[in-house]
Amino acid sequence: MKLTALTGDQAAAEAMRQIEPDVVAAYPITPQTEIVMNFSQFAADGRVKTEMIPVESEHSAMSACVGSAASGARTMTATSANGLALMWEIVYITASLRLPIVMPVVNRALSGPINIHCDHSDTMGARDSGWIQLYSENAEEVYENIIVAVKIAEHKKILLPVMVCQDGFITSHAVEGISTFPDDKVKKFIGEYTLEHSLLDVENPVTYGPLDLQDFYFEHKRQEAEAMKDALKTIPAVLAEFNKTFNKSHDLVEEYKLSDAEVAIVVLSSTAGTAKGVVDELRKKGVKAGLLKPRFFRPFPKERIIKALSNLKAVAVLDRSDSFSGEGGPLFSEVKAALYESQKRPPVIDYIFGLGGRDIFPEDIKKVYKELEEIKKTGRIKALVNYLGVRN
Amino acid sequence: MKKKKGWKEIPIAGIIDKGGTAREYKTGSWRTFKPVVDKPKCINCLQCWIYCPDSSVLVKDGKMEGFDYDYCKGCGICASICPVKCIKMEKG
Ligand code: SF4
Ligand code: SF4
Repeated sequence: MKLTALTGDQAAAEAMRQIEPDVVAAYPITPQTEIVMNFSQFAADGRVKTEMIPVESEHSAMSACVGSAASGARTMTATSANGLALMWEIVYITASLRLPIVMPVVNRALSGPINIHCDHSDTMGARDSGWIQLYSENAEEVYENIIVAVKIAEHKKILLPVMVCQDGFITSHAVEGISTFPDDKVKKFIGEYTLEHSLLDVENPVTYGPLDLQDFYFEHKRQEAEAMKDALKTIPAVLAEFNKTFNKSHDLVEEYKLSDAEVAIVVLSSTAGTAKGVVDELRKKGVKAGLLKPRFFRPFPKERIIKALSNLKAVAVLDRSDSFSGEGGPLFSEVKAALYESQKRPPVIDYIFGLGGRDIFPEDIKKVYKELEEIKKTGRIKALVNYLGVRN
Repeated sequence: MKKKKGWKEIPIAGIIDKGGTAREYKTGSWRTFKPVVDKPKCINCLQCWIYCPDSSVLVKDGKMEGFDYDYCKGCGICASICPVKCIKMEKG
């Protein structure tokens, strides 16, 4: 293990250097730019043998990736916000063609109004695209998640593309000390990529993407749904292998001081780090606070979420995007839906926060725990959906 | 009618895992207008054969011989490309 000072973007590029995909087709966009920039440098310096395709748009990036992956090449790209929006059509096609492309996504607010800073509106919009989604708390998780994502995507029982998300600027541009793994160990862990049906296998010709009408489209979508459902069963085994190889403790979700907690926050990515600090502080004051950080949002780890939250007295979900349903953010809707199946249903409220990169401070998070304590005592919910850190 | 395969039985991702399967799918039923050749006028340049997107122009010993209506979709490209305008698109 080597300790290196890296930003989240550099950590992603470093993971990609070690993975050394056969093909990377990408277009730079803030705040993902440094991933493409650093990786291009690795390619230009001959440090990777990767075929680097500098395309003219994200739509082309993902299209090139589809062709490449279908030919049997291990393929990666990276994007953010409007770039993800521009590749939208092909994002869905990638998943339906079951091509195991791994894509770091640096979360950024979707326009408009135009903004380049962090929120999760980009990848949350893509939550129904059929991609696996992993959310990373810090640069070290970015690095490790990208490595394990390759193994998950290419697993014969899964074969689905994976987005590895990190918070724009907050994680992507902040320098952290990261322990990286030796190159050979990473290469050995991910192994060789072999595709059962390659476009380049002329002895066994195969067609990708033919017209699929009323008679079979539904069957293929049914397969896709089942693949995602099954992935939830297969991913823990891949994580266990990763943990054993690299001495880590990755899981579908991370529970922080939850076992005896009475009130808890559910939040993705970097804000979980801030919230852990608040939990520690509140614990010293005798408040039984805890935290649940889902690491995977797709597939949705429902059982784990039910298990982690059912015994609590009050729960707050922190959503870094709005779904404009009038009923709060996407994480809230799904956590609430999961708890509907539980015998014990704690009261759950939502806080939309941090849109367009609005900072969230420990003081804001303390307010949330304070409200949860209030609900614990009175059992009364004042507002189901709240907005944290926005001016009145 | 033969029962179609279920989702557990078919290749994933809509892949067609063998070649030449277009033969099993007769696209002739899509046709509204059909090409008809005025053979005496035809100079056998085979432009229609080159351009037909469905390989539906029949050729034997270097001579244009008409159309395979099992697969001809009636797009009219052959009629459009013919340099001596000896292909007409007719109803049916
Ligand atoms: S009408 Fe179209 S499909 Fe039919 S023979 Fe002419 S070019 Fe081919
Ligand atoms: S293009 Fe016209 S002239 Fe040429 S072979 Fe076809 S029908 Fe005959």
